[in-house]
Amino acid sequence: MTHTDLCYASATTLSGMLDNRDLSAVELTEHCLARIKRFDSQLNSVITLTEEQALVAAQAADQRRAVGEATPLTGIPLLHKDIFCTAGVKTTCASRMLQEFKPPYDATVVAKLSAAGAVTLGKTNMDEFAMGASNETSFFGAVANPWDTTRVPGGSSGGSAAAVAAGFAPLSTGTDTGGSIRQPAALCGITGLKPTYGRISRLGIIAFASSLDQAGPMARSAEDAAMMLNAMCGVDSGDSTSADVSVPDFTASLNRPIAGLRIGLPREYFGGDLDPDLAAHIHKALSELEAEGAQLVDIDLPHTRQAIATYYVIAPAEASANLSRYDGVRFGHRCDNPVDLMDLYERSRSEGFGAEVQRRILVGTYALSAGFYDAYFKKAQQVRRVISDDFQRAFSQVDVIAGPTAPSIAFHHGEKAADPIAMYMEDVYTLSVNLAGLPGMSVPAGLINGMPIGLQLIGRAFDEQTLLRAGHFFQQRTDWHTQRPTLAGTSS
Amino acid sequence: MKWEQVMGLEVHLQLATQTKIFSGAANRFGAEPNRQACAVDLGMPGMLPVVNELAVKYAVMFGLSIDAAIGKRSVFDRKNYFYPDSPKGYQISQFFEPIVGEGSFTIPMPDGSTFPIRITRAHLEEDAGKSVHDAFAGQTGIDLNRAGTPLLEIVTEPDFRTAEQAVAYLKALHSLVTTLGISDGNMAEGSMRCDINLSLRAEGSDELGTRTEIKNVNSFRFVERAIGVEAERQRDILEDGGRIVQETRLYDADNNETRSMRSKEVANDYRYFPEPDLLPIIIDETYIETLRATLPELPGPKRQRFVQHYALSDYDAALLASERTLAAYFEAVTASCGEAKLAANWILGDLSAALNREDIGINQCPVTPEALAGLILRIADNTLSSKLAKQVFEGLWRGQGSAEDIIEAQGLEQVSDSGVLEAMIDEVIANNPAQVVQYKAADEGKRKKLSGFFVGQIMKASKGQANPQLLSTLLIKKLDR
Repeated sequence: MTHTDLCYASATTLSGMLDNRDLSAVELTEHCLARIKRFDSQLNSVITLTEEQALVAAQAADQRRAVGEATPLTGIPLLHKDIFCTAGVKTTCASRMLQEFKPPYDATVVAKLSAAGAVTLGKTNMDEFAMGASNETSFFGAVANPWDTTRVPGGSSGGSAAAVAAGFAPLSTGTDTGGSIRQPAALCGITGLKPTYGRISRLGIIAFASSLDQAGPMARSAEDAAMMLNAMCGVDSGDSTSADVSVPDFTASLNRPIAGLRIGLPREYFGGDLDPDLAAHIHKALSELEAEGAQLVDIDLPHTRQAIATYYVIAPAEASANLSRYDGVRFGHRCDNPVDLMDLYERSRSEGFGAEVQRRILVGTYALSAGFYDAYFKKAQQVRRVISDDFQRAFSQVDVIAGPTAPSIAFHHGEKAADPIAMYMEDVYTLSVNLAGLPGMSVPAGLINGMPIGLQLIGRAFDEQTLLRAGHFFQQRTDWHTQRPTLAGTSS
Repeated sequence: MKWEQVMGLEVHLQLATQTKIFSGAANRFGAEPNRQACAVDLGMPGMLPVVNELAVKYAVMFGLSIDAAIGKRSVFDRKNYFYPDSPKGYQISQFFEPIVGEGSFTIPMPDGSTFPIRITRAHLEEDAGKSVHDAFAGQTGIDLNRAGTPLLEIVTEPDFRTAEQAVAYLKALHSLVTTLGISDGNMAEGSMRCDINLSLRAEGSDELGTRTEIKNVNSFRFVERAIGVEAERQRDILEDGGRIVQETRLYDADNNETRSMRSKEVANDYRYFPEPDLLPIIIDETYIETLRATLPELPGPKRQRFVQHYALSDYDAALLASERTLAAYFEAVTASCGEAKLAANWILGDLSAALNREDIGINQCPVTPEALAGLILRIADNTLSSKLAKQVFEGLWRGQGSAEDIIEAQGLEQVSDSGVLEAMIDEVIANNPAQVVQYKAADEGKRKKLSGFFVGQIMKASKGQANPQLLSTLLIKKLDR
């Protein structure tokens, strides 16, 4: 196997090779580290590379394999979005505010994946505090899309998506508050799953909007995502909102046929605004599932249009409080020589936060203010319930809801940066899923002008299995997920 | 014009849980700064609160003890404000749906009467840390040990008219929460802090005047004084034709005055919204009934029982019932000697005086209930006069053994042998013929007074051990002969 083939091998394949001693975890880790070091200057997808720790973890993984105590993930390299706290390793949230922040603890997700034996290679770039859909708001600079480095990878988990697409690691973690796993997965041609709210502990994940944030796997196939998800789930006594529901083996059910699966196509997703080319690709993709015996049903999600306004009240409101702790007092950026307390607050926060973060803090503060609470926050909460009810009704008719993940292919750097509303529209298909707390997945479903597009599958609460199954069957019939971008300086 | 004071109180009560309300850090007073604050208390990125179930239980216990409606569903909210000792930039509190709703409370007054007040609500929240202004020159230190201490904020209706009522309420509340065991109620350590909302209105008026809020008054005495000076300040303003500014004021005990707290640059808008990191607390009927069944006897019912069962005065009963350990001590003494009235007198009299003198609580009392009961039995059977009893009590306090031991060792037994007493009387009469003549010449009224001289002489001769009643009877008999 060539270096490139190895770096693009699925986690499932690599796990088998490690089992058969065709490869050691140390060798695999070295391949990944070498690739990152060689190519990431083009992408800027990694903020911190933890080379030494990775090699130590890889050695430990090899020993674990040797004594027969491995899990499927033992020795598999992965990257963590820099929103996950990693003990003793810088966790920046791509913000100047946390430029030097080293938490003394691991996020539950990090601890679980490490306990399964996964090898952490480093921390990936992202939109600052996960606020953005292009990965252009990072204090550490924009991330480039490996399919076309003049274009954005999507966001906010843009670094994680670009890195997996570029073959830096088979797996990465992401978080999704309004589409931040699914949209960059679509734009970079990988598979990304946002599980049901509560499926995965939020403890140790730096909060953006607490009632919407959810971590999930980013991978190159549904099969790999399932394998990774197995190690991430479960109730956590440290997160009151984590759900005490049984966790199935997501891998075991992948091959259960999808014949008879009812797939709902919301008229609101396929309406006049949808790019015809994109619509054609999505319909083509859905016909593949139809060929597996799924039934396509037209459905209505009447309040889809209200989701953006609802989301952009609730998410900033929660964020405005979540980000109050960055005050220059205990950790994070502190301005030089504050003259008094107000000066300390104002300058530390003005210097520490970028423009988009400041914009959302202001919007959220406004929405919660006396005299505006009822008109904005309370109203948004009511509409959130209505949106949730829409999905409830739809799921009485269908098992899965499908549509495009993002409204277009990856756009060029700077194209939407000056227009926040245009940027917010990127999440038009994804954020209602967060408002309803449902699982959603994006799988690669074609190329337009050489750029990937994603098919989004939305499931019932805690029914990630069906999404993964549908994604897996789709990927058995198509090869969009195995397409590779060409990085400058490579032959393949 | 005659003015009427109208007051409502808000009490912040620290709950006596082992750990903090949202973290596993210890909840104790007096540790080295920041040694009792974990990542959650520090508001570190990614940290999440988890509700301490014991704090919830304590809040429900309080609610049940004041016959309040318990919120079957209560919700935590974020109260947003920036301050260095508020690590997250918001306080987790309950604003829209508190755990304890309306309740009522009957307050015993010092004169033995009672008066009712209404509780508006009580809600759970976390305490803030402390800013330390005197530890570093030119800088402020932050101590987050207190951050996350569970608080129950208890809010009353404006039902108080006098400082005496306010203090009586706080004492009754103190008594209630210590009886429940949900707080140590230690005001000096800030376990019970009081905010006073006070306004004046013309007597007879139904409208409330503009109020001020006096923050964090931390002793019964200061509450009384703060109310006095603030009411006086408001009266002066109103009588000069001025208007009261609605504001928060601080009581300065050193100068005995209230001062306006440095006004914040903008009016506070706390932007409350439901805390998304915590689920609503759902409390079912079974939980409530189970807790209700395990509540200890509360001071109010205990007071009534002491009056009815032990025939104590309202006053004594209220005092004894106010403290769980004191009441238990009283009942133990009474159970052991069967003399409730004497037990109450001794506990509220000499024993309390000794405890106060040594500045210790009843739980540190060196005299066991059984020992005190032993003393009371000797008083009841006339072995000891009250004067001798005091001497024996001092012996008990100093650990000189049981009442019997002390009586024996010091030869304190009362002389009740009429033969011995008669011999003493005869001797005194023989030695004081002039006084005997004087006595015999006197009329009935004066005789009583003159007999005191002989009693004094005999008591002196008997070292105080003569049985006073018997002595008096025998003496009169001999003198009148």
